Amino acid sequence: MKPIATTRSATGIPTGKLAVWWLIASEIVIFGGLLGSYIMHRLGHPEFGGYASHTNTVAGAINTFVLLTSSLTAVLAHHAAEQKDGEKAFKYLWFTIAGAATFVIVKSFEWHHEIEQGYTVTANMFWSFYYCAAGLHGLHVIAGAIMMAIVSFRARAGKELQQVELVGLYWHFVDLVWIFLFPLLYIAK
Amino acid sequence: MVEHYLTAASSYATDIDNLIWLVTIIVMPWFFLVQGILFYFLFKFKKKDGQKAQYITGEEAHQMRWVSVPHILVLLCDIVLIFGAIRVWVDIKQDMPTPDATVRIIAQQWAWTFVHPGPDNKIDTDDDIWTVDELHLENGQTYQYKLESRDVMHSFSVPVFRLKQDALPGRVISGWFKPIKEGNWSIQCAEMCGIGHGLMPARVIIESAAAHAAWISAHGPGKLAAATPAASAPAPQTAPAPQAP
Amino acid sequence: MAQPETPETEPHSEHTGDDHGHDDHHEQSFVSKYILSTDHKMIAMQYMFTGMIMALIGGFMVYAFRTQLAYPGISVPGYGTVSAGEYNALVTNHGTIMIFWVAMPVLIAAFGNYLIPLMLGCDDMVFPRLNRLSYQIFLLSAIVLVVSFFVPGGGFGGAWTAYPPLSAKAEYSLTPLGSTLWLVAVALEFVAFLIGGINFVTTAMNSRAPGMKMFDMPIVIWMIVIASILFMASVGPLIAGAVMLFFDQNVGTAFFDPDRGGDPMLWQHLFWFFGHPEVYVVLLPACGITAEILTVFSRKKMFAYKTVINTALGTGILSFFVWAHHQFISGIDPRMANVFTITTVIISIPIAEMMFVYVATLYGGSITFSTPMLWALSFVVEFLLGGVTGLFLGASGADIYFHDTYFVLAHFHYTFVPIAILGTFAGITFWFPKMFGRMMSDKWGKIHFWGTVIPFNLIFIPLFMLGAAGQHRRIYSYENFPELAVPALQDLRILATNSLYVMLAFQVIFLINFFYSAFKGKKASKNPWDSNTLEWTAASPPPHGNFPGAMPNVYRGPYEYSHPDREDDFWPQDEPA
Repeated sequence: MKPIATTRSATGIPTGKLAVWWLIASEIVIFGGLLGSYIMHRLGHPEFGGYASHTNTVAGAINTFVLLTSSLTAVLAHHAAEQKDGEKAFKYLWFTIAGAATFVIVKSFEWHHEIEQGYTVTANMFWSFYYCAAGLHGLHVIAGAIMMAIVSFRARAGKELQQVELVGLYWHFVDLVWIFLFPLLYIAK
Repeated sequence: MVEHYLTAASSYATDIDNLIWLVTIIVMPWFFLVQGILFYFLFKFKKKDGQKAQYITGEEAHQMRWVSVPHILVLLCDIVLIFGAIRVWVDIKQDMPTPDATVRIIAQQWAWTFVHPGPDNKIDTDDDIWTVDELHLENGQTYQYKLESRDVMHSFSVPVFRLKQDALPGRVISGWFKPIKEGNWSIQCAEMCGIGHGLMPARVIIESAAAHAAWISAHGPGKLAAATPAASAPAPQTAPAPQAP
Repeated sequence: MAQPETPETEPHSEHTGDDHGHDDHHEQSFVSKYILSTDHKMIAMQYMFTGMIMALIGGFMVYAFRTQLAYPGISVPGYGTVSAGEYNALVTNHGTIMIFWVAMPVLIAAFGNYLIPLMLGCDDMVFPRLNRLSYQIFLLSAIVLVVSFFVPGGGFGGAWTAYPPLSAKAEYSLTPLGSTLWLVAVALEFVAFLIGGINFVTTAMNSRAPGMKMFDMPIVIWMIVIASILFMASVGPLIAGAVMLFFDQNVGTAFFDPDRGGDPMLWQHLFWFFGHPEVYVVLLPACGITAEILTVFSRKKMFAYKTVINTALGTGILSFFVWAHHQFISGIDPRMANVFTITTVIISIPIAEMMFVYVATLYGGSITFSTPMLWALSFVVEFLLGGVTGLFLGASGADIYFHDTYFVLAHFHYTFVPIAILGTFAGITFWFPKMFGRMMSDKWGKIHFWGTVIPFNLIFIPLFMLGAAGQHRRIYSYENFPELAVPALQDLRILATNSLYVMLAFQVIFLINFFYSAFKGKKASKNPWDSNTLEWTAASPPPHGNFPGAMPNVYRGPYEYSHPDREDDFWPQDEPA
């Protein structure tokens, strides 16, 4: 039971998609504030480069690859949904969720190792930003995976297939944030 | 307006008072003009039986003039205002005249510590004079201040100087003032700094050259001045720990 | 319910089947009708009543601390003695509540939720359940805030700006739990309004009635939408800042701790980057409400409709470039102040222009002084004083003196009270017949009006004078400051406080008028004010689904009053040509 309002589209953009774009826009500002603050500090503190050398670039690179691959499967899921193939969309969405899970697992090993070495969130400003930014991003990964799981079951039942594209859009955004985080936190040494 | 309530005791206090007058002269006529027109319309166009309102879109050029002309006039007024404001600002906060002496002002929860130069007229030397909640200045001298905070943000505010400057922990902020009037005036903390924010009054005492010299020699090396809070100001809640030389 | 004749594209063809739900409603239980409703009108009411309760709390706080200022040390009836720490907590939470839990929920959320679907001719918001979620998060945030007053250590007292290190460390603020709960409440409130804002903007963009173009929307809708976008675009960095401050408080990071490499100034930038646009977030909806009322009661077309929209957009964009005028004396590079003086003074231009347009709208009108009209006019009259006094503070040189004095306080109350009090009362008295299907008493409405507006001026004009005399803010007693403790200034404080009592007392009249009229008032017709906009074509109050039968089509703009070709002096938007 949807209100008539939801089915209208004066702009020509479907309502759900428009809302996801606005959601992404407001999320960009949130991450923008955090990363902007980090960059300001980074410029004022050359010693951050030294701290950054203790991050695990290999793990970061693996995660980058994992996320990029999962974005690809998200596109394939959207493609399947457009062809009204809910079963196939379901399958590709779960490939994407698997990517999200891999990302989180790699991340937790990485953090475990770093914390063991004494690089905790309170170690210094760099590590504070590192855990804050990556942690906030990690929460988005988990949230995205949960949403994809919900949408996938609807898709398999042939309902709300347009939502496959919407979670896909959101997933690309999550991916994109990581593309900014990876060089800023891992590579810039 | 401000001078009605407060003496001007620094070299730039009158500049700020004049700037406030400039702003008043620029903006208040607009205020009264718009209010006047508004109330005139309210009386003139009060509903009368059988008379229909006019149909005006406000989108034709001769109608838009009623808004676009004031628009340009406001812009012109704004430019005058900006120049006036920036001139005073640059003079007080941006330019730093060569100081005759330097004082260090240390804010903390909830007291002020002032470090005056001793007979050598230099701070951070052995003959510095430390006081609590009492700043001694010589009339007519240009002072540089170095403002710091030990804990949270405070704000060094001397209403008769028209001066205000926040103190930020972790930074030393410099500025200047030149007292021009002898007397004993109020210093306030103007930034919320915790429970004792209302209990941070201090005094500035502006003395003649002779009186100031006498004060310096009375509080010279080895003579701790911290135990002499101003008579009119209550003692601070927490006793700070001035480091006697 | 019939599917409307929609000329627009149907992107969700798979939905067409489920659009008929509204008429097979069963009798709803109390909980599903009033608590868990997804109906935009009910959610608007939830926001409005929560906002009114919070206004009572905020009003009680101002009663307590103003009494302490006028009669220092007195045991405030109904509260007790106000200690220095409690005073700080009272002023801090008064400010926070009035902005985030009164102005925002009432002006944006309540009027936005109520008016957007009705004025755009649709049956609900595009995402009703998201709308309900937004309110639930908001309610949670309000509860967390109220709880924070009663935890050990008391409520947060570090000013509504919450500058660290004071807000970051319990050893400085002495309110370990209060600070954290305050921060959590504010952050939750932000999330609630982000969700709500997405709903508002999407609805206005996509769900207008057939035939209604962007520039056929009533100005109040434009204003709420622009305000929502401003909020979305400015609050993000502060949400990030709130996360950082939360970590500083509870985890032991040092984002704002200068002793360990942090920077307290960063918070100020994040806060005011949001804080200044936030002023316009609440201002614009009030301007919108005023525009609707001025046109209806002067029977005039809005003078230069597009100019109003443009000035709102211009103000909105400029408001992102003025934030550091709150930090002139905070120790930023003094050269930066020059840039921000220019932008700040320039922002007076679009807002002044908007006020000129409002005054010009009255020209040639046929003006009726009904209660809503009085509120709307008082908004313009009083806001003008708030606007011009802002220039004293935007001029950096003068701000060296005025910063953190009562002049600032009086200035922003001359903007926020017209916005959140006068604007809200304008809106409530105007749309009351639609909301409750009954008329409010005009006589008692006018008594309440004069009893609010006159004391309002008597409160804040003395505070301007105290500010000019150098009285600084957030001091629980001026007895420690000999220059400020003089009888001449104390008399001004007493005048302000006594006027406040009068103003608060008159709000009782409003509450009685409101609740009496809601149940016993004269029945209202569909369109009691002869207005053009679509909400007046629905029944009073509108049923679930708003326009049962046929959804309206739109043929013209919202302000075709006194058109020369017509006998009637109004021309509803949905009347075919």
